[in-house]
Amino acid sequence: MKTINSEHHLDLTNEDEKVYSTLNLGPTHPATHGIFQNVLTMNGETIVSAEQTIGYIHRAFEKIAERRPYYQITTLTDRLNYCSSPLNNIGWHLAVEKLLGVETNKRIDYMRIIVMELARISDHLICNSVIGVDSGALTGFVYLFQEREKIYEIYEELCGARLTTNLGVVGGFDRDFSPLAIQKIRDLMKGLPKVLHEFENLMLRNRIFMDRTIDVGAISADRALNYGFTGPCLRAAGIDYDVRVQEPYSSYNDFDFIVPIGQNGDTYDRFCVRQTELWESIKLVTNALDNLPEGRFNTEVSAFFMPPKEDVYSKMEPLISHFIMVMGEIDVPTKEIYKAVEGANGELGFYVVADGGRAPYRLHFRRPGFIYYQAFPEMITGASLSDAILTMSSMNVIAGELDA
Amino acid sequence: MSEKDKYTVVEAPEGYSAPGFFATTLDKAVGLARKNSLWPLPFATSCCGIEFMATMGAHYDLGRFGAERLSFSPRQADLLMVMGTIAKKMAPVLQQVYEQMAEPRWVIAVGACAASGGVFDTYSVLQGIDKVVPVDVYVPGCPPRPEQIIDGFMKIQELVGNEPLRRRYSPEYKQMLESYGIKIDR
Amino acid sequence: MEYSILLQELKNKFENSILSVDETADIFTVIVASEAVKEMITFLKEQQNFIFLTDLCGIHYPEQEKELGVIYHLHNLVANKRIRLKTFVTKVNPQVDSIVSVFSGANWMERETFDFYGIDFVGHPNLIRILNVEYMDYFPMRKEYPLEDATRSDKDDRFFGR
Repeated sequence: MKTINSEHHLDLTNEDEKVYSTLNLGPTHPATHGIFQNVLTMNGETIVSAEQTIGYIHRAFEKIAERRPYYQITTLTDRLNYCSSPLNNIGWHLAVEKLLGVETNKRIDYMRIIVMELARISDHLICNSVIGVDSGALTGFVYLFQEREKIYEIYEELCGARLTTNLGVVGGFDRDFSPLAIQKIRDLMKGLPKVLHEFENLMLRNRIFMDRTIDVGAISADRALNYGFTGPCLRAAGIDYDVRVQEPYSSYNDFDFIVPIGQNGDTYDRFCVRQTELWESIKLVTNALDNLPEGRFNTEVSAFFMPPKEDVYSKMEPLISHFIMVMGEIDVPTKEIYKAVEGANGELGFYVVADGGRAPYRLHFRRPGFIYYQAFPEMITGASLSDAILTMSSMNVIAGELDA
Repeated sequence: MSEKDKYTVVEAPEGYSAPGFFATTLDKAVGLARKNSLWPLPFATSCCGIEFMATMGAHYDLGRFGAERLSFSPRQADLLMVMGTIAKKMAPVLQQVYEQMAEPRWVIAVGACAASGGVFDTYSVLQGIDKVVPVDVYVPGCPPRPEQIIDGFMKIQELVGNEPLRRRYSPEYKQMLESYGIKIDR
Repeated sequence: MEYSILLQELKNKFENSILSVDETADIFTVIVASEAVKEMITFLKEQQNFIFLTDLCGIHYPEQEKELGVIYHLHNLVANKRIRLKTFVTKVNPQVDSIVSVFSGANWMERETFDFYGIDFVGHPNLIRILNVEYMDYFPMRKEYPLEDATRSDKDDRFFGR
């Protein structure tokens, strides 16, 4: 049998003439979770450079926010990172409370922690299972999505909606946790570890998965800081920056939780950081639920607290304040604030410039996905196409957050 | 016998049957085959796409209606499911994807944003995809519950099952496509 | 790291460019002349450990003489302190130096500010629109433009309260 030396006979590698081809990835593509476009310049199978186009779902949130009263902007924040809507809602309410100078009691804080960590669990479940789908492992996705259905049922019990929750009001919640909701949360926290163990048995030490994700899409810590990375992507690169620890809000400093960090900043580290954060969130929810103090479930914030209906129908002041609020005359101080919360993807910031009227003068969302997605071409240069797909899905780029 | 009661099959269309044969019209038979094996193209852009993922999941299972095989290639898809907001930047892309689909093709607009622009009456959002492609079924909701998406899908199945075979060749259909500016390559 | 010491060092280096200081706001705010912004940010990053650019956005105050503004939020991760820098430019000459060479993350944020407000970042590698369509010929977040699409024909303003 004559052996063929392919490089010699077929001239597959020709270092002198590099013929670059252009590959268009998106905007509609099964592997991009959301619509954004990448035009890749490839040398055979290796990516040489990438040019990104975003804005295919630009819905002008910041312009809309200049026309809506503060409590109506909550519905806009739902649709930023729509896999973890309650987190965005509560972050916005915290920003308005910082603007107004409102303090919430411990019960509200603990209830908020429960809801925010459930949202974080929900987002990390999608992200990790979709990393599996993009590497060909569909089973994990189907198992974890069943748990997300349970989280949707909890949201429905709390606020009535599954996905775009519009949960809570400025100053707390509009209804207390019902016994059914608490029971569902407890059942979920009991049942989730078993499913997560099954998922980890499938994926975490799986030879194929590790080969596909280790050293793929790596970014060093100082490049990540230069780009403005936050969240699991930054923690995978080795920097332990978590807004819940640096600027504690909503009584997070009452709780003890680990902030996991990785070493190389590659896809496997991002997967493992999110997986560990899932376990930490389960602990946080269980602790908060076990130690939930008594108290009111909302604060009397003068411009946002809707009085109970019995008082509106019978007394004068509640009627007037109800009328004023619904008709939209709100008094807020004239100042500007910046409030950051730890979203599922990183530091979600709200920069509000208030001029005393019912709508903000300027509202800017500091969207973590928008900022760290800029680094994507740098992370995939020299990699193959399948590595680029996995890097993109491990960064958890959500189109609503990119474009706002 | 009792074994037949354990499972349900699709209802047969109207026709004349006798031992050994079943006679019906061609369009009913073709409609029956088509409606129970629609291959959707999930054009998921935003939040409604996540509800679609939940609909495809094990809990709500769109696969039992025959839509198990999602086709991301327009050439092999029957049903274009537009889920999510379509911005003006995306509208030509949507029209191009629709043009690449082979006849017969149906379009379902899932969600308020696809149906009419939704909450987003802004300078950058297309106020309804029926400005660029002809739509068969609109599913309202923000986002619609998976049951609503399935309801919309079943209405599409009704349309598919009752469609006359020569509809796509009629001059009215060609005129409608021309009014959207969609190229017909016949 | 105390803000008073930082302010003293900033005043020593950039005394003409600091237009005003607000120590009572939630974050220590400095309003800077637009020519000195890049130098000040480089100084803050290299000498004062503000190694993280949190945010960059624009703002429009039509009643001021210098209408368009750019607002930077920097974060000193080591000492856990934030600082807000503001700079204002006129509408006819909206030039600000780009800080992409200092922070790579400013690339898209400056493109977004350009897209919304029309602020020209001098030295940016690729200053084109990022979120809106390329053929858009106005800067939508400026206060004089409406939220709704001006060319739409199907919605009757009477029913929408406009």
